[in-house]
Amino acid sequence: MLKVSHLSKTYAAGDKALDDVSFDIPAGQVVGLIGPSGAGKSTLIRCINRLVEPSSGSVSLGGTVITGMSSGELRAVRRRIGMIFQEYALVERLSVMENVLSGRLGYVSFWRSFLRRYPAADVRKAYALLDRVGLLEHARKRADALSGGQRQRVGIARALAQDPELLLIDEPTASLDPKTSRQIMRLLIEICSERHLPAIINIHDVVLARQFTERLIGLQAGRIVFDGSPAELTEAVLTRIYGEEDWTTLDNEAEAA
Amino acid sequence: MNNEATPLWQHRSNRMRLLLWVGWLILVALFLFCWQVMTRDTIWAFVSDAPRQAADLGGRMFPPRWSYIEKLWIPLWDTLNIATLGTLLGILFAIPVAFLAASNTTPSRLFVRPVALFIIVASRSINSLIWALLLVSIIGPGLLAGIVAIGLRSIGFVAKLLYEAIEETDVMQIEAVTATGASRAQILNYAIVPQILPAFYGISVFRWDINIRESTILGLVGAGGIGVQLQASLNTLAWPQVTMIFVVILGTVVVSEWVSARVRHAII
Repeated sequence: MLKVSHLSKTYAAGDKALDDVSFDIPAGQVVGLIGPSGAGKSTLIRCINRLVEPSSGSVSLGGTVITGMSSGELRAVRRRIGMIFQEYALVERLSVMENVLSGRLGYVSFWRSFLRRYPAADVRKAYALLDRVGLLEHARKRADALSGGQRQRVGIARALAQDPELLLIDEPTASLDPKTSRQIMRLLIEICSERHLPAIINIHDVVLARQFTERLIGLQAGRIVFDGSPAELTEAVLTRIYGEEDWTTLDNEAEAA
Repeated sequence: MNNEATPLWQHRSNRMRLLLWVGWLILVALFLFCWQVMTRDTIWAFVSDAPRQAADLGGRMFPPRWSYIEKLWIPLWDTLNIATLGTLLGILFAIPVAFLAASNTTPSRLFVRPVALFIIVASRSINSLIWALLLVSIIGPGLLAGIVAIGLRSIGFVAKLLYEAIEETDVMQIEAVTATGASRAQILNYAIVPQILPAFYGISVFRWDINIRESTILGLVGAGGIGVQLQASLNTLAWPQVTMIFVVILGTVVVSEWVSARVRHAII
């Protein structure tokens, strides 16, 4: 479904954020991307929809090569990739409904979106998604009137409004409390299995990553140092990804959860 | 013994303190020099006479000629129109200039942005009164010259504050809308405009408030409004009328400041 090969990114300042990264994701697979801060997790998922321009290598989605596309083609392919952000990244001063409908921007003309006259099917879809994430009664509220967990649900609904073939999820729980984090993760996993959607979830919480994903990719200084199932993520592997640390408490936590 | 062990901490290093002391010394020397330049051509006899002169003028100006207000309503209405229409004209041109000047929305940082910044600087560096002076000689005396003068002066002010607001927008929200596959125009409409709208209203009302004050003096150079009456009254030494005009201007400015404060408060 998603094929990343030999992807590298060097920023203008000379920092090498990604170094020859290759992996495939089959349809319906949810992958957790773990690694220390600055390992290049954010850069990697932004290179997939080219919010960050990769320096070399290629990315293809369902056979379409994304790298090297013109800006018009890129807009069309971005519609197929939903993105969910750490700080929700909702447009704070727009209503919840406008935020969800903004997921349709790639499909409607400028004037339709400017006048907020979306096709009836889009509005129906938006209501159905708000119902799915449990925010139907908040549709008319302004986005900044919601709590963190609710905002992240709006972010999820916006990404799903695009009818995506892939979800890129950047630290979905980093701004949330532990309980809401688990609820949001559960919702994401449910939605991915309902729609048979592949997803890449950047996550720094190893316990959550183990609990909710079927495959983990470990990134360290821009290179893949681990690619396997949560069961294979041993103390030795954690040390390889994050460096030397006493990992036993983490294991206890995982068992308790 | 303990005292010796405690390291001495000072807010500034010795070097900093010396530099600071020298800095103050230069400042005082400069002040004394400037004072000498300033007072070289002063005729002290006139200065000592000042309180008597002021009292004399005050006596002639008081009381204001209240009946004169009958003749001020229409010029006052003209003044308000100059300010309001001039502000609208300025805003109309300032919006595109601001988007061209903001580094995150400009189509070209190398060519378009410097041009937009130049328009802003040119508009801001020339006072409304001077714009009016030029325009009266170009399009003749009257309200139109005043409106255009206020408009030209407002472009730079509004565009500068607006482009700063555009540059301060949250990039995450813009990134999120970009990721949906939105076009450039849709990104402006959905991610940038909602973020700058409160600033835009605030800036516009603030400029309108300033323009009311500025439009009261445009009449001095023939660009319409209550300044025409002020000029005429000054020329005929009709001091009570001058006072009456001051009273009217003061009242108008107080009201416009109140409106402006209320509107800005309502937005934020």
